[in-house]
Amino acid sequence: MIASPAVAPTLTSADVERIAALAHLELTAEEKALFTRQLADILAYAEQVQAVDTSGVPATAHVLAERTEREDELQPSLPREEALANAPDPAPEAGLFRVPRVIT
Amino acid sequence: MNDRAQYEPVIGLEIHAQLRTRTKVFCGCGTAFGAPPNTQVCPVCLGLPGALPVLNRQAVDYAIKAAIALGCDVQPQSIFARKNYFYPDLPKGYQISQYERPLALGGGLEISAGGGKRVGLTRIHMEEDAGKSLHEGFPDSDRRTYLDYNRSGVPLIEIVTEPDLRSAAEASEFFARLRDILVWLGVNDGNMEEGSLRCDANVSVRPVGQRAFGTKTEVKNVNSFRYVQKALEYEIDRQIDLLERGGRVVQETRLWDSASGRTSSMRTKEEAHDYRYFPEPDLPPLMVDAGRLDAVRATMPELPEARRRRFVAAYGLPEYDAGVLTQSPALADYFERVAVAAGNPKAASNWVMGELLRVLNERGAGIEGVPLPPAALAGLIRLVDAGTVSSSIAKDVFARMYESGRSAEAIVAAEGLAQIDDETALLAIVRDVVAKHQDAVAQYRAGKQATFGFLVGQVMKGSGGKANPKLANQLLRRELGA
Ligand SMILES: [Zn+2]
Repeated sequence: MIASPAVAPTLTSADVERIAALAHLELTAEEKALFTRQLADILAYAEQVQAVDTSGVPATAHVLAERTEREDELQPSLPREEALANAPDPAPEAGLFRVPRVIT
Repeated sequence: MNDRAQYEPVIGLEIHAQLRTRTKVFCGCGTAFGAPPNTQVCPVCLGLPGALPVLNRQAVDYAIKAAIALGCDVQPQSIFARKNYFYPDLPKGYQISQYERPLALGGGLEISAGGGKRVGLTRIHMEEDAGKSLHEGFPDSDRRTYLDYNRSGVPLIEIVTEPDLRSAAEASEFFARLRDILVWLGVNDGNMEEGSLRCDANVSVRPVGQRAFGTKTEVKNVNSFRYVQKALEYEIDRQIDLLERGGRVVQETRLWDSASGRTSSMRTKEEAHDYRYFPEPDLPPLMVDAGRLDAVRATMPELPEARRRRFVAAYGLPEYDAGVLTQSPALADYFERVAVAAGNPKAASNWVMGELLRVLNERGAGIEGVPLPPAALAGLIRLVDAGTVSSSIAKDVFARMYESGRSAEAIVAAEGLAQIDDETALLAIVRDVVAKHQDAVAQYRAGKQATFGFLVGQVMKGSGGKANPKLANQLLRRELGA
């Protein structure tokens, strides 16, 4: 973590609230303040990296650029009991996972 | 009712097509439709921690095949991205898709509606399907949603069109043609009812002459081929009515309900979607070089449009015949083998479109398993062309060939079905008919020409349908003239 950001943080408490909402997290006021500061530090670090001149360097999405693909061959799936084993509220008779009702 | 002609609809489609692979896109689980719930799942497609996706080579090749057929530019490098949202049918909390760098850009497809036009494609990208949510049908469905992850990770391509479509009819035709091509290529099974082909539409209307687009809605859940046009017509009318009454269209997702024939607003949360796409760190960029493109191109069948044109040009078939015969590669192949072996393309077309398709339809069978090899049907056509059997007897021979698998020659010889060309034999039948039908003969001689047809019919009947019709005509005229 960079101790002193080179650029003033542009992240606001409202941004953190929005990110928390998207991540389905409920934050206390203290956590909001803490995360606003920490996330701003991370952004400042990213800005520092962005300052490096990369003109002429092709963008990289991944460190591995080689092709890794598998053949279209069937592999054994999990036995259903095993698939459902760690689910918090499965319905084994129906062979289904079960979650609180989702309104569409 | 308002004046619909004052408005112009603008439609763009987003089509999701399941690629016909044996296994899912990032794991080796099967993709069979209708398997018992959660029997085609593994740590990867259940999103268990630490599981890593590995791309299915066949899925990529199918996606490339579709892109080439649709005239797209396949990108040398495309990048998988995570599309983040929370919904229980998506166990990882994100869908692996492609965003800024899709597999293919551009392309398009010709349609004949609207006076003929080319509908542009924006892009084709690869992604994984989500699982299936079951909201109804359980004792605790008021409180619980059930989930089957068999579909989770099934390979899809999403095909996005430009907003080039100007009516529900255009959109429907475009979708039908696109489906035909995907099925023809063998990359998709074209089955909307099973969810392997899905069509969402962005729909807006604007006053004719206005350049700016109106506010659009997204119509989803059109799950049957015959509802595409209906759903769009309904939505277009709804928007026009709204505007005519002084209202305005709200940008929203609307679900089509085929039972009521309406679209209705899908209640969405206030917050706009923010998928926070970022490159998928578990998958390297998808590199497609010229060699791979060539390899896929080498597996491409001749496309329906090209084949249709060739059937017209090379075999002199009517447009209609060529259209029917190019419904599937297998049918087109079958026809072509018969045509070449028989040396009579029009006759081959008549038999394939007529008797063969009729029998296949009756039995609900496909051309793939037809027990009658093309060479056998060609043999029958040659017998007809040589005058060995009459065309009415030939239908009978066809039915026997289909049942028994025996050759036309063998059946004709064994059953004594050969056409009677022998003048002496035929003359005996003609004289018999003349003797038996003196009334008709008298009428004919009195000038009633139509009676002649009746007498020819009697001769054919007397010969068991085997008389050479031309010769029967000649002999009958001679006898009646005498
Ligand atoms: Zn799996």
